[in-house]
Amino acid sequence: MHFDALLLSRLQFGFTIAFHIIFPSFTIGLASYLAVLEGLWLTTKNAVFRDLYLFWIKIFAISFGMGVVSGVVLSYEIGANWSVYSTVASPVIGPLFAFEVLAAFFMEASFLGVMLFGWRKVGPRLHLLATALVAVGTLVSAFWIISANSWMQHPTGFTRLADGSLRAVDWMAVIFSPSFPYRFVHMVLAAYLTTSLVVGAASAWRLLRDPEEDESCVALKMAIGMFAIAAPLQLVAGDLSGKQVEQLQPAKLAAIEAFWETRTEQPFHVVAIPDRTQATNHFVVSIPKLGSWITAGRTDAEVKGLKDFAPEDRPPVWLVFWAFRVMVGLGLAMIGLGLWGGYLCWRSEPAHARWFLRAMVAMGPAGFVAVVAGWIVAEVGRQPYVIYGVLRTADAVSPVGAGVVSASLLGFMVIYAIIFSVGALYILRLIGRGPSHVEPEAPRRGRPPGYALAAAPDESEAAAP
Amino acid sequence: MSLDLPLIWATILAIAVLMYVMLDGFDLGIGILFPFAAPAERDVMMETVAPIWDGNETWLVLGGGGLFAAFPRAYAVLMPGLYIPILLMLMALIFRGVAFEFRLSGRRRGKRFWTAAFAGGSITATIAQGLVLGGFVQGLILKGGQFAGGPFDWLTGYSLLTAAGLMAGYALLGATWLVWRTQGELHDKAARAAAIAVAAVAVMLAIVSGATLLVHPLVAARWGFQHGTFDLVRLARLLPIPMLGAVGLAVIALALRRRSQVLPFLGTLLVFLSGYLGLAASFFPYVAPYQMTYRQAANPDNTLALLLGGAAILLPAILGYSLWVYWIFRGKVGADAAAYH
Ligand code: HDD
Ligand code: HEM
Ligand code: HEM
Repeated sequence: MHFDALLLSRLQFGFTIAFHIIFPSFTIGLASYLAVLEGLWLTTKNAVFRDLYLFWIKIFAISFGMGVVSGVVLSYEIGANWSVYSTVASPVIGPLFAFEVLAAFFMEASFLGVMLFGWRKVGPRLHLLATALVAVGTLVSAFWIISANSWMQHPTGFTRLADGSLRAVDWMAVIFSPSFPYRFVHMVLAAYLTTSLVVGAASAWRLLRDPEEDESCVALKMAIGMFAIAAPLQLVAGDLSGKQVEQLQPAKLAAIEAFWETRTEQPFHVVAIPDRTQATNHFVVSIPKLGSWITAGRTDAEVKGLKDFAPEDRPPVWLVFWAFRVMVGLGLAMIGLGLWGGYLCWRSEPAHARWFLRAMVAMGPAGFVAVVAGWIVAEVGRQPYVIYGVLRTADAVSPVGAGVVSASLLGFMVIYAIIFSVGALYILRLIGRGPSHVEPEAPRRGRPPGYALAAAPDESEAAAP
Repeated sequence: MSLDLPLIWATILAIAVLMYVMLDGFDLGIGILFPFAAPAERDVMMETVAPIWDGNETWLVLGGGGLFAAFPRAYAVLMPGLYIPILLMLMALIFRGVAFEFRLSGRRRGKRFWTAAFAGGSITATIAQGLVLGGFVQGLILKGGQFAGGPFDWLTGYSLLTAAGLMAGYALLGATWLVWRTQGELHDKAARAAAIAVAAVAVMLAIVSGATLLVHPLVAARWGFQHGTFDLVRLARLLPIPMLGAVGLAVIALALRRRSQVLPFLGTLLVFLSGYLGLAASFFPYVAPYQMTYRQAANPDNTLALLLGGAAILLPAILGYSLWVYWIFRGKVGADAAAYH
């Protein structure tokens, strides 16, 4: 393989953005969850909700910090690695990125300070407001960035001038491009699913040790309630998204399903090894006619195959095909877990169902995997274009040398490996300790509510033998 | 009447970058001063900025996002042209940013590591920003609207000078911030650090100003030096800018002597404003000196108009709630914070 600046830039961008999305998919959901917990506490005065709030806010603070620093990287990387893309896309979607900063990032960052440190400085209502504004900020952020990305998936509302540059002619069509509503809903559901699975897994982990822990019992049921509802909805949203893809990006759909021939009554491949050079699949296990029905709604619908596209216009097939199966497989598993958990809540007490608790722990990371897999489907499936039908990825790259890009890619891999492992360690440590049910000593000063200060001995202590 | 949208956006972005420099400047300055503080003092120092640093750093995101949205052609040459220092800055800011949380979760060795990461990240980010500034002011090589220079073009004696100058400047911002926001021994220590930093800033300001005149003939001409002749009228018109800096330095020195709390910090802001205006006056109207003006780099008017509509609503709101957050966290952070451990 030839490691040129283009390939390295793609690897770097894919790596850094896949790293980034791990955190939003957790913090978007967790911010909403925290707002709900705080609201419940203020209205019911039940200390369980306060303990849960104080517990999850610590984990939120760590994850949010990692989300912020990895996000800042992206906003400069777009210019550093994709300068041609920046020049071409900016007249149309530049404002969308800017609105994300102005409408969302400032709000999240400013009220995050109040949320984490303002406990003693503002009243409970203002504090709840700050939490709620952080939650709204994460959703607004998702709105604008998915809007920008959806426009790149199916550009609308613009014209091309004689000199090749783009001009927006209809801003509403730019912001609300056809696939945007489906993808926004799909992403927000994905974030809520990811969060509820993590909350559920952390609670299940605690309950396996101590089935009587009140906080974890409550959190587990809240989590089950969330994914039992969100997982089936996600199937519907994903299916609608897929029908959009069939209309707007037939080459991506053909890659998702590994269809090579254009025909009616396409089979659905459960398993296959797509082979791009021979334009065929090996080791196929398939269900006849189901492919057309899933993708177009009718078994007699004609669905395009990859052979309809010139070889240089075909996206990588096996990656898209398998990433899609990972996502959907996990989605189905989440539906199953929701049914199981719902049944347990109805008939008995999920806190005592040890096999369910073990399954819950095992599914803890499933949301993250499904999110990254989903983005691989969407982004790799769009290749070879970065702006679908308008700008090829190969033409979008900056004039920087391969040596420099490989150095920065290596730097990011090392740094992200460090901060990811340390962040994960700290979060797992907090989860292992669980929510504290002891009445916390009232902080003396404007201390952040969640800080485990007692657990952070002074550096000087370490120096002493 | 039609609005001069590119000029408005150039002004907004210039203000955003200045906001970033002044606000994140004191956060980074605290990191620069970290090695000189005792472990317990470090907790207090960090606590003075922990609730606000994220909002401060968002001005950097606005700088990048705004440049992308309003002047994409400049964004598309500056980022590749300054690739190495920009990426270095981003990587350093990662360590600096996560250290706020990680330091609190770390046990002994972990905490020591993240203390070092906070200081190292702040120092590296400052140096990288100084290199970006130097590389920017000395100009980039373009061909056909694309960056056409080498990966190390930014590395010159001049950019090393600007990096050193920025270190001194951020250290002064950090020290005067601590003078304002802390008390007791730490406060006195910060005042001594500020006295040293203000001397360093005065020297660096003089050196960098002189060196900037040599960077490009256009800059020298702005300040009255052209073809071996000297135009006093031109210089006189710009003279208020360096005077502002001199006033700022005097305010800091006097205020430190009089043990004033907030004045040293405000004086530092004046010095930064003066240095910033001085540079801006040197290369205006270029956004990619000395090849591409802000007009050439700007997006079409319909894009800028939409942006302005959004910013007209959102920027005042941002300023409002940012001030509110600063107000909530006003006052001195006590030494008892450390006793809580
Ligand atoms: C679906 C959601 C989503 C997606 C697809 C992205 N982000 Fe993101 N981003 C967020 C959701 C988010 C967030 C929820 O708003 C974050 C995550 C955690 C956080 O701190 O805020 C955030 C933080 C964040 C920050 C730091 C904001 C601050 O200083 O507070 C920046 C600069 C970016 N992002 C930029 C980007 C760019 C350039 C992206 C794509 C090219 C991107 N994000 C994809
Ligand atoms: C946050 C979730 C996202 C993830 C996980 C993601 C993932 C990826 C991946 C894996 C690639 C590499 C594809 C390839 O090279 O074959 C890629 C490319 C790219 N994506 Fe995304 N993406 C995300 C969101 C976005 C958004 C919101 C934008 C812009 C608005 C964007 C813009 C790009 C660009 C410019 C490329 C470069 C083309 C390329 O590398 O092939 N992505 N992304
Ligand atoms: C249950 C069945 C599911 C189906 C049928 C489905 C379908 C799809 C389709 C067709 C796309 C591509 C959309 C495009 O390229 O425009 C997609 C993308 C995506 N999926 Fe799924 N999905 C499912 C479950 C999940 C689950 C459980 C998650 C995460 C928890 C998830 C997260 C994502 C994400 C983050 C993307 C990329 C963003 C986007 O393009 O919308 N999906 N999904």
